[in-house]
Amino acid sequence: MSARARNAGPLLIRNGRVIDPASGTDGVQDVLIEDGTITRVAATLPLPEQADVVDATGKIVCPGFIDIHVHLREPGHEYKETVATGTRAAAAGGFTAVCCMANTDPVNDNGAVTDYILAKARTEGAVRVYPIGAVTRGLRGEALAELAELAEAGCVAFSDDGKCVMNAALYRHAMEYVLPFGVPVISHAEDTHLARGTSMHEGVVSTELGLAGAPAAAEDVMVARDILLAELTGAHVHIAHLSTAGAVRLVREGKARGVRVTAEVTPHHLVLTEDAVRTYDPNTKMAPPLRSKRDREALVEGLLDGTIDCIATDHAPHALSEKEGEYDQAAFGIVGLETAVAILLDRLVRPGHVPLATLVARMTRDPARLLNLPGGRLTAGAPADLTLLDLDVEHAVEPARFRSKSRNTPFGGWTLRGAPWMTIVGGRVVSP
Amino acid sequence: MSWTRKDLLAMRDLDAAEITLLIDTAASLQEIASREIKKVPALRGKTIVNLFYEASTRTRTSFEIAGKWLSADVINFSSSGSSTSKGESFVDTAKNIAAMSPDVVVVRHSSSGAAELLARELACGVVNAGDGAHEHPTQALLDLLTIREKKGHLEGLNVAIVGDIAHSRVARSNIHGMRKLGMTVTVAGPPTLIPPFVQELGVKVAYRLEDAIRDVDVIMMLRLQHERMMAAGLIPSLREYARYWGLTLDRLQAHARPDVLIMHPGPVNRGIELSPEVADGPYSLILDQVAKGVAVRMGVLFLLAGSKAGESA
Repeated sequence: MSARARNAGPLLIRNGRVIDPASGTDGVQDVLIEDGTITRVAATLPLPEQADVVDATGKIVCPGFIDIHVHLREPGHEYKETVATGTRAAAAGGFTAVCCMANTDPVNDNGAVTDYILAKARTEGAVRVYPIGAVTRGLRGEALAELAELAEAGCVAFSDDGKCVMNAALYRHAMEYVLPFGVPVISHAEDTHLARGTSMHEGVVSTELGLAGAPAAAEDVMVARDILLAELTGAHVHIAHLSTAGAVRLVREGKARGVRVTAEVTPHHLVLTEDAVRTYDPNTKMAPPLRSKRDREALVEGLLDGTIDCIATDHAPHALSEKEGEYDQAAFGIVGLETAVAILLDRLVRPGHVPLATLVARMTRDPARLLNLPGGRLTAGAPADLTLLDLDVEHAVEPARFRSKSRNTPFGGWTLRGAPWMTIVGGRVVSP
Repeated sequence: MSWTRKDLLAMRDLDAAEITLLIDTAASLQEIASREIKKVPALRGKTIVNLFYEASTRTRTSFEIAGKWLSADVINFSSSGSSTSKGESFVDTAKNIAAMSPDVVVVRHSSSGAAELLARELACGVVNAGDGAHEHPTQALLDLLTIREKKGHLEGLNVAIVGDIAHSRVARSNIHGMRKLGMTVTVAGPPTLIPPFVQELGVKVAYRLEDAIRDVDVIMMLRLQHERMMAAGLIPSLREYARYWGLTLDRLQAHARPDVLIMHPGPVNRGIELSPEVADGPYSLILDQVAKGVAVRMGVLFLLAGSKAGESA
């Protein structure tokens, strides 16, 4: 692929403001990259012979952003997305690594599927790809997948994401079984019965719109259960896409008690509420649903105080035909890779709700730590995965120009200030 | 006051003046029903498509008669089952119909928001004839017209809406319409059939039939879709529902005012929400509602398709 052919030699990134939460760095520095590795970070570096230079004056230089929750849809749903298109979307959105969920067809519940995804990533991927294996065979919630083989094949976590493992005994056994592998179980915490048949959050808006709503308790009861199971087993449980004030409180209390529970939040739950559903635009439909204003505020608070460990997009591509019709019949999920960083910069950082350094930490150091991934730091010896930001550029979200195969975003037409400016993976510029 | 909207989608969208205009227009057209020749030329040359994705006899017939009395060409398109099971999507169907240049499309669909979706796709007027559990504005308008004719006014009246509020588009449209016209609304039913935060729509909630019907001017009983309710675990049995929420003559005479009016959007589950002697008795306005339905739909079609032509009925 073309991006990999470029910039094979040394690369000097000059005069940018380096923000690296892992090392506590925040200041103007030069960064030298050689052979895919960061070799020096210092105030002024000499230009090595035959090195390419990136003038990053006025730009922000960060470790590569990591998105631990995406759906690449390959194998099986290539009409929605592929490893090639999904990773290009990631690169364009400023991400240098993504973790892809197991709800493909066939499901990533055995080593052969993991091998296939990793082979696709090696030959067609624009950024690093880390597969997440299924917890249960076929995501059916009935029997454990071959978890040891999946771990050996390279899965960095286990999740039935999209479905909640309702059988608590089976889930407990999954947590115990994976303990030796040192990887977490990721919970799609949504009680199947409480959420059945619903299209949005239960509240006054669902009452007005006549849409069946899922109460916040559908999430809270499962977060509570999973924290208790983590406590019972000693396993690391990571809660995907936290969306309620109650779940934030439960995770906060669990952490305070010393339970190994961590959590992520999506950009859309941080900036949108149930009010967005009033248009009946199916691009406001996802699971968990957009919640109340109070929930949204609790999520921002949780992100600030560290209750929520990282931001992940839950990038969920769907074809237009699955997202343009009747609301209650539309598919769940929205794309996020190409809007996440700009949305967060404009709606959380620029108004002062979240410090830039906190945002960077929650998208670099913290996700890398959660899943034991390489990267997440910008220091000598680290892989040369970098995300450069332009905080000043004004732009409009244009879904027609997405690299993703899918366009299902609620942010189309939004005017934003601040965007990813350059993405570097292993020392090679993969975007623009 | 003149009508300016392309569509009639939801009572929530309208202000009191618009609602009054719709009711007044309907009132002025209802004498057509008593003419020997029930036809006026108001919508001659106009095409109205009834696009019904959900089984309906009375609403579709009511729109069809209304269109025909106004001399419009009325085409019925019915499709049972969901659009996806038919192969062609709702949006595709909408685009095909748009290509035939109708003047008004009347849509009934089991998905909330379907009328809004269609209105975005079509340049012509769209009338919501019921979308999921969202709204059914012409039902609310005919209910308001029926009440106004009996009581002479609407402001200050007290209404109880009883039954499955949670899944009722009739309840939602009436709540919005009645509140905007200064009426007091109490919704009542078992808590499983009362939607969350419904008080925020400006209504009171009662959990006993006797409390709900005391001192009200109008009792509106809703149809219980009993198969669905039991499957979802929302009520234990029809027997228990009828026992605690069925409006019988005894209960009515014991707890309601002697001049109370009984309404029901139909079709009635006799012996469940209404006993036959109440449904067919002197308190009942059920057949008046059906008659007003045609007048209201004439008014709506006239305002959406006919008023610009400068013709009058």
